[in-house]
Amino acid sequence: MAIKLNKAIKISQKHLLGIQDLSINDVNLILDESQTFIKLNQSKNKRLNILNGKTQINLFFEPSTRTQSSFELAGKRLGADVMSMNMGNSAIKKGETLIDTAMTLNAMHPDIIVIRHQDSGACNLLSQKVNCSVLNAGDGRREHPTQALLDALTIINRKKKIEGLKIAICGDILHSRVARSNIYLLNMLGAEVNVIAPTNLMPTEIEKFGVNTFTDMNKGLKDCDIVMMLRLQNERMTSSFLSSNREYYEYYGLTPDKLDHAKPDAIIMHPGPMNRGIEIDTRLADDINKSVIKEQVELGVAVRMACLKIFCD
Amino acid sequence: MKKQFFINANIVDPHNSLNENGGLIIGEDGKIEAIGKKVNTNNLPAREKPIDLKGKYIFPGLVDMRVFVGEPGYEYKENFRTLSNASLSGGVTSVVTMPNTDPIIDNVSIVDFLKRRGRDKSKINIFPCASLTQKIEGTNMTEFGLLANKGIIAFTDGVKTIQNTNLMSKIMNSAKDLGCLIMQHAEDYHLSKNGMINSGIIATKLGLPGIPDIAERIIIERDLTLLEKIKCRYHISQLSSAQSVEVIKQRKDNIKFSCGVSINNLSLNENDIGDFKTFLKLSPPLRKEEDREALVQGLKDKTIDVIVSDHKPEDEESKRLTFSQAATGASGIETLLSLSLELYHNGSVKLETIIQALTSNPAKILKINKGNLSIGNDADFCIVDLDKPWIVKKENLVSKSKNTSIEDKKLQGKVTNTFVKGQELFKI
Repeated sequence: MAIKLNKAIKISQKHLLGIQDLSINDVNLILDESQTFIKLNQSKNKRLNILNGKTQINLFFEPSTRTQSSFELAGKRLGADVMSMNMGNSAIKKGETLIDTAMTLNAMHPDIIVIRHQDSGACNLLSQKVNCSVLNAGDGRREHPTQALLDALTIINRKKKIEGLKIAICGDILHSRVARSNIYLLNMLGAEVNVIAPTNLMPTEIEKFGVNTFTDMNKGLKDCDIVMMLRLQNERMTSSFLSSNREYYEYYGLTPDKLDHAKPDAIIMHPGPMNRGIEIDTRLADDINKSVIKEQVELGVAVRMACLKIFCD
Repeated sequence: MKKQFFINANIVDPHNSLNENGGLIIGEDGKIEAIGKKVNTNNLPAREKPIDLKGKYIFPGLVDMRVFVGEPGYEYKENFRTLSNASLSGGVTSVVTMPNTDPIIDNVSIVDFLKRRGRDKSKINIFPCASLTQKIEGTNMTEFGLLANKGIIAFTDGVKTIQNTNLMSKIMNSAKDLGCLIMQHAEDYHLSKNGMINSGIIATKLGLPGIPDIAERIIIERDLTLLEKIKCRYHISQLSSAQSVEVIKQRKDNIKFSCGVSINNLSLNENDIGDFKTFLKLSPPLRKEEDREALVQGLKDKTIDVIVSDHKPEDEESKRLTFSQAATGASGIETLLSLSLELYHNGSVKLETIIQALTSNPAKILKINKGNLSIGNDADFCIVDLDKPWIVKKENLVSKSKNTSIEDKKLQGKVTNTFVKGQELFKI
């Protein structure tokens, strides 16, 4: 199948470390490019060769299913040589530092490194030590830019625009890099963002990011076009943030009753993996008229293909 | 040693309320023989050739109350010899070293070792602290009395805080009985848990867990409440926030205690952390500009008594890591005076107040006869070119570790000569 490829793409950054660093032109460039790959991914022959001869290394220090497989598939569909390394059981365990790992990999001349790390800023550190572009696949609580981009793409495909929409982000904002990246991006694209969480899961001074904050979910959801749920990140909780999961579900779990406060045509998003019955009612998660969760995964591959293509140049 | 004569210097010695143009005579025994405006060419013997300082400044040798040395255990970060050289290049002639070594300075036998090493390897005056609790575990007190007999002049857990209020009251009782000085790093661990930088928008933006300023305030208020009942010698090592300054201000009228501030918190704020600069991972953390301004004001109105370098040498391997993995602290003894002078040059604080916070105030709190230029005392002093511009470069630092918080910063004012006991041990 013939795909029209944009030539002479210019992006202002060498690396994709966070939405914070991108201009609105950069964002539009990535989103436009992503559109071209959506169709490709739905066709029978999904393979292009625009990254032929390029080497992509996926460096995952944290377990990940969808992001890692999405990046791997994206690279392969563009014809790159993809190497995925799960760092949980390698040199790092033998005491090697991130910088040493970076130097080692750099000596193998990769064209792009995709990194996920549990420490905020790890991708920034890596980018200072290697010659190739670095794509952030999530660093600590800081940013997860490709997730925000795929969320934006999903919203645009459903609602035809982002500007003027009212978007609620609910749940564990404190530990969420997805929330941070989405707040930057959705603000940039002209949406009104409501952030909903119990105070214990709300980052300090988040309102300075230009969002409305709510501890009452019903109020926060009022007239929203998009309801973005976040996973409760139990693995990052170090002390008692919540009394119990059932109480959390009672107050912050998305149920049909609560959803009634949003617009009738509101759509539900979730970056996955979901805790069914904790942050979201399982009926809503599977409601094909409201939930676009599967679509997010599908478009994720397209967004990552666009990012690989643009940042490999 | 030959007798030495200096003339035409601007002498600032807050201990003796001296701030005048004059000279200095050092006797053959390395002690101060005469000082002040009376010492000039008119009343010096004709055969002597005095050194004309041409308006340079003479300050008492600085007394730095918060210094980390890697000995024993971390000699690769800093040893007594390198600390001594770094101190001299910054005009510091007396340092109080923290007990966070390996092993911890918590018993009499290690103090002997330390004093020997300090004496043999360093040329400055070393005053080691012992820990408040054994192994700095915050559970059992050390032997304040026996340690004091060995010459320990202050007790602190250094980077750690006594969390247990009952233990803190017991420590204060003992300190009161024995007349010991206690120095507390104020941080409530439950509130600061996992925190790395100031809690606020920068922490939220960088995705780093924050340390709220209330974590400091709560320990200060707790200790001061205890201090109302148990009147011992108590010092808060470092303040970092406007809230803390406010609390201190209110309580100082009724209770006797003292407090310090790190030059880092006086000069930098959380925005300087920028793109995860690990050299600015400090404890207490850098806070907002309003906090920095409040600290400067606190120094100016003498709510804050002491400026410290919080000199914490860390090797490159401890800092070339992600922010959360990187070690805490910055090397700073060499730049302590020059960076403090920035507050004078920009009109924030009077010169005498700054020098007082670096010399006579710490000496008074520690009850040591240092940080002054009184006649008959050891001639520990530095000569400073107050206007000399220079740029902080890692490669020019004398300390073994190069983790300065102010790399490439332009400073005004530099120590040109440092003397200990009348001996010139540093010269540009």
